[in-house]
Formats: sequence, structure tokens, C-alpha cells
Amino acid sequence: MKVIELHASVTAGNDREAAALREEMRRQGTLLINLMSSPGAGKTTLLSRIIRDLPETGISVLEADIASTVDAGRIEALGAEAVQVHTDGMCHMDAGMTAEAVRALTPGRSRLAFLENVGNLICPAEYDTGAALSVMILSVPEGDDKPLKYPLIFQKSDALVITKLDALPYFDFQVEKCIQRAKKLNPKICIFPVSAKTGEGMAELERWLLESLKDWQEQSGR
Amino acid sequence: MHEMGIVIHLAKTLEETAREEGLTKIGSVTLDVGEVSGIVTDYFEDCWNYFRRKHPVLSEAELHIGIIPALTWCDSCRSTYETVKYGRVCPNCGSGETWLVQGNECVIRQIEAED
Repeated sequence: MKVIELHASVTAGNDREAAALREEMRRQGTLLINLMSSPGAGKTTLLSRIIRDLPETGISVLEADIASTVDAGRIEALGAEAVQVHTDGMCHMDAGMTAEAVRALTPGRSRLAFLENVGNLICPAEYDTGAALSVMILSVPEGDDKPLKYPLIFQKSDALVITKLDALPYFDFQVEKCIQRAKKLNPKICIFPVSAKTGEGMAELERWLLESLKDWQEQSGR
Repeated sequence: MHEMGIVIHLAKTLEETAREEGLTKIGSVTLDVGEVSGIVTDYFEDCWNYFRRKHPVLSEAELHIGIIPALTWCDSCRSTYETVKYGRVCPNCGSGETWLVQGNECVIRQIEAED
């Protein structure tokens, strides 16, 4: 027996696959966004609104779910392409599963692809999916103290979308306090308070998405 | 079952290493796991003992886990303290301007293997 010093991350294999997928998506000019949140934060409702508001963009959704096809059905009803991924009980998506889901998309159809990660604030933050950007969704009913409880996901996200703003009168959620806490963990995070129901704040979020898409496509030379 | 996912990634990383280095059998693997990494080492060992049997290269690989203590740095009084004992607020000066320095790791330190 010989001893080999590795000092490698347990997820080194995943990190390599993630880098390869990111490169492939860059070549294609498709911006892949990893969406993370708790169950019930409003990921599918937010995506439905974005799909309706940006009909010319070419949006597709990779739906990771432990078991059902409920969400994929809602997305397809709006005319966007949806791929259902069952994680078979796994609490997160990794780069291999994401790459497989991406291969199931119709080539050339979408420019903006959302990966709806499993509803969970812990494990999804620990694995690089190969997405270009990570966006976290936090809904008003969950409380403004989530950055204190789940710091990693706020540190790993490029943007935070605070959803269900229309529910503010019924909860003790302080938007300013939440923004402050998130910025303390991650000074670079972009924050968008929105209501997908009333449309409040959606224009700013959609502008950011389109600008990010433009930047990505410029990087790909398209 | 958070530990299962990590075990699956560990197995994948080790199989790739075995392929690259031309190893036929891994006898043991030593991990350094941070005290506040969220990994429950007992569960992790159970998952490993179940999962290693599915991989010929890993089937006999024993798992050793070393714990890295969690330390937090206080930006206000510029000192470190034990994270698990005191949490987020600095015990020396009461400041909340603190950052975890170590204790969140999950790293493969070394493996023992046959060519």
C-alpha cells in the first residue's frame, strides 16, 4: 500500500464537471441560472411571471424535484420548454445531473435557462451546478432573519429576490433589515424585492436578467 | 440525507483519482471534516459503509475522519475564539463583526492504495 496525499475537496469531481458545463453553455450562448429557495418561496410563480413578461427571450426551465411533475406542467402551459428532473431523493442538484437536464433541451431554442433547484436552503448551496449565476429567492412569510440562519446560500448567490411583497402587511418582515443582513454576508449581492402577483419590482429584476444575458452572450462572442 | 450526497461525490472523486493514478484498490481514505460543516460523522460512516460496496475500487476502503475545530475571527478586537462555544458574538468584546476562519471543510487528506 502506498500513501497518496490528496488535499482535494470531496467535491473536486463535481467542480470539474461544473466548469465543463459552464464552458459548454458559454459556447452555446445560453445563460443558465441556478434558482435556490425553500419549498414554497414562489419559484414557479416568479418564473411564470418572467416567462409572460419576456416572451421574446427564449426561456426554458429545468425543474428539479424529488418526485412530481406539477411544476413542469405549469411552465409548459405558458409555452416555455420545461425539462423535469427527478433527483430520486437527493436533496440538491449537482453538475452531472444538471448537464444531463441541459442535454434534454431542444438545441438552439432557449437563450435563458433556469434551473429550479430542490427546495432547500442548505445542500444546494454547497454544490456548483455549472450555472453562470446563482439566484436565491426568499419570500416574505419566511422571515427577514434567514440570512442569519442560512449564511452560506446568501454568500454563494449573485442575486437575492425577495418575493411575495404583496404579503408585507400581514407579516413582520422588514425589507431594509433583510437587505442589510444579506449585504453584510455578501456585499456584492444584487437584491430585488418583488411581487410576482402585482408586478411590483419585476421590471428591475427583468432588466438585470436581460443585462446578464447580454453580458454572457458577449463573452461567448455572439 | 445530506451525508449520502456527500458520500456519492466522495466516491466519484476517488474513482477518478484511482483512474488517473492507475490504482486498483483503495485501502483507506482519510477526511478532514470541519466541526461546523454540518456533517454528522456517524451518519457519514454508515453511508460510506453502505455505498463503498457498490464500487470495486472502494469496496475495502476504510474511512478515517479527522475533525478540524471551528475558529471564528473577530474584526473588532482582532482575535480568534472557539466558534462552537461562543457562537456568532465575540466573547472578548461583544462584537458581532465576526467571520468563520476554519471549521467548514470537507477535504480528502490522503488515501492508501495499491497500484
